[in-house]
Amino acid sequence: MATIWVFAEYKDGVIGKVTFEAVSEARRLADAQGKTVSVVVFGSNVDDAALAPLAQYGADQVIVVDDPALAEYTVDAYAAALDGLIEAHHPDTIMFVASSTGQDIAPVVAQHQNAGLISEIVAIEDEGGQPVYVRAPYSGKILEKCAFTNNDDLNIVTLRPKAFTIAEPNTSRTATIVREAPAGFGNIRQIVKDVLRVASDRVDLRDAEFIVSGGRGVKGPEGFQVLEQLADELGAAVGASRVAVEQGWIDKQFQVGQTGKIVAPQLYIACGISGSIQHQAGMGQSQCIVAINNDPEADIFRIADYGIVADLFEVVPLMTEEVKKLKA
Amino acid sequence: MKIAVCVKQTIDTEAVITLDADGQVVTDGAALIIDPYAEFAVEKAVQLKEANGGEVVVVTVGTQDDVPAIRHALSMGADRAILIEDANIDTTNPLAKARILAAVLEAEQPDIIMGGYKSGDTGQAQTLPRVAAIMGIPQVGWITGLELEGETALVDHELDDGVERVSVALPALFTAQQGLAEPRYPTVRDIMQSKKKPIDTKDLAAIGIDPSLVGPAAAQVVVKSYALKPEREGGRIVEGDVPDAVAETAGLLASEAKVL
Repeated sequence: MATIWVFAEYKDGVIGKVTFEAVSEARRLADAQGKTVSVVVFGSNVDDAALAPLAQYGADQVIVVDDPALAEYTVDAYAAALDGLIEAHHPDTIMFVASSTGQDIAPVVAQHQNAGLISEIVAIEDEGGQPVYVRAPYSGKILEKCAFTNNDDLNIVTLRPKAFTIAEPNTSRTATIVREAPAGFGNIRQIVKDVLRVASDRVDLRDAEFIVSGGRGVKGPEGFQVLEQLADELGAAVGASRVAVEQGWIDKQFQVGQTGKIVAPQLYIACGISGSIQHQAGMGQSQCIVAINNDPEADIFRIADYGIVADLFEVVPLMTEEVKKLKA
Repeated sequence: MKIAVCVKQTIDTEAVITLDADGQVVTDGAALIIDPYAEFAVEKAVQLKEANGGEVVVVTVGTQDDVPAIRHALSMGADRAILIEDANIDTTNPLAKARILAAVLEAEQPDIIMGGYKSGDTGQAQTLPRVAAIMGIPQVGWITGLELEGETALVDHELDDGVERVSVALPALFTAQQGLAEPRYPTVRDIMQSKKKPIDTKDLAAIGIDPSLVGPAAAQVVVKSYALKPEREGGRIVEGDVPDAVAETAGLLASEAKVL
């Protein structure tokens, strides 16, 4: 039976929420096309308990490759393991999350397997029983609909985080777990010397329902502390514009925009951000945008649902107090 | 040391995009620039050349219309360029471009191949990873740093929650992410000098590629339509004294937007 695969984001013993979006979408597509869903999980010391939610979102099967060679991501080891699985099982579609690793490995596997790749899709539509994939290129200014020329070949897509909704978990669903050991990982030519993760107690930017984000107007690392107080009150992630990152005020992983993360929270509070196109490319899909900027001409006000023209250092602490009151 | 940089010309990210009557993106009259990600790669390549000696070669698959982007790279300090131009090439197909680039680069034998991890316009983010796969050379994507240690490169590979430092033996391919290098502004002198640097234009026959491998028949993906995304409408400016405006906004977020 034809199978749709989802390549899971697995780290520190946890399957990332973005993977559940992909599994939910794979389930919808599989049901429409009479296919099954398998989720592929790579890691070292992968715990079965971490895999349980995958069934609830629609996986029929979970294929685990558990090996020290997969503890840290390298494109060679991951691609070799995936190539082996593909050649053994012949899935007809593979979905990756358009994360740093998903976007890195998808084209390599596509080339190895002579497969087409449609990257960063934001929707899947049905046209006469065939899937049509929607992308948002040109900084999100264009909606592009495309299709594979041959739906019988292996086809690969990457899914933009937050573009697909997570299904209601069905706790009665179960999935078979298959552990596979590939013949080898080939010659792994990337040697990981060091991994520098910038620890954050906050919710992941891509998962966040609330984001408080700062730009040039924040003026320095100290300014972000003011934003963090509001973020604490909201249970929000903290984001930043490219300028703030390039000034060294905050780590690159918190950057929202074309060259940073693409986010779609319920509420995005832009503080001292002018709102360039490349920033809008990262946050334009937010449900509600609040802009705080002392320049009334700032582009951000053109897309914000609510704008306050004032100094963010006056507004943000007041907003923190208002949120406190609302929660009380 | 020879470094090849794959360069694409794109519509300026900040520009307004329009569609023609056939629903295709209008490039005539649009602000065209060197792709910003490719530009990071050019800058890093030139810095490496300045520090270690050698040569920087720009490689582009396109047409004479792409010469301004190539000239820009040359004015930044690249030494020469190769432009593959042939009416048989489907330049919208990343696989076709990857096959062409791989053929050119096989002949050039650079120590390092670089380019953007994606482009600012179509953003398919797959041409260069395919090139490395075709050539069978190691690759690291999304790099934000690169140092040389003899025949080895130490690169910083961006992760969603940090950075991985990876060591790779050369030759290898790396794709640039923002942060790799801050592109310089060429001086008038640089721009004048770039006009004397050679751009070697070749067709498919010159690089020995069968047109059927890179033409429309090779497409794995077809675009069915383009549409302009409806622009998000700005809402209102909440006026008044700052404390009142903030209180009103918070109230609206709860009662009207229902997000608090």
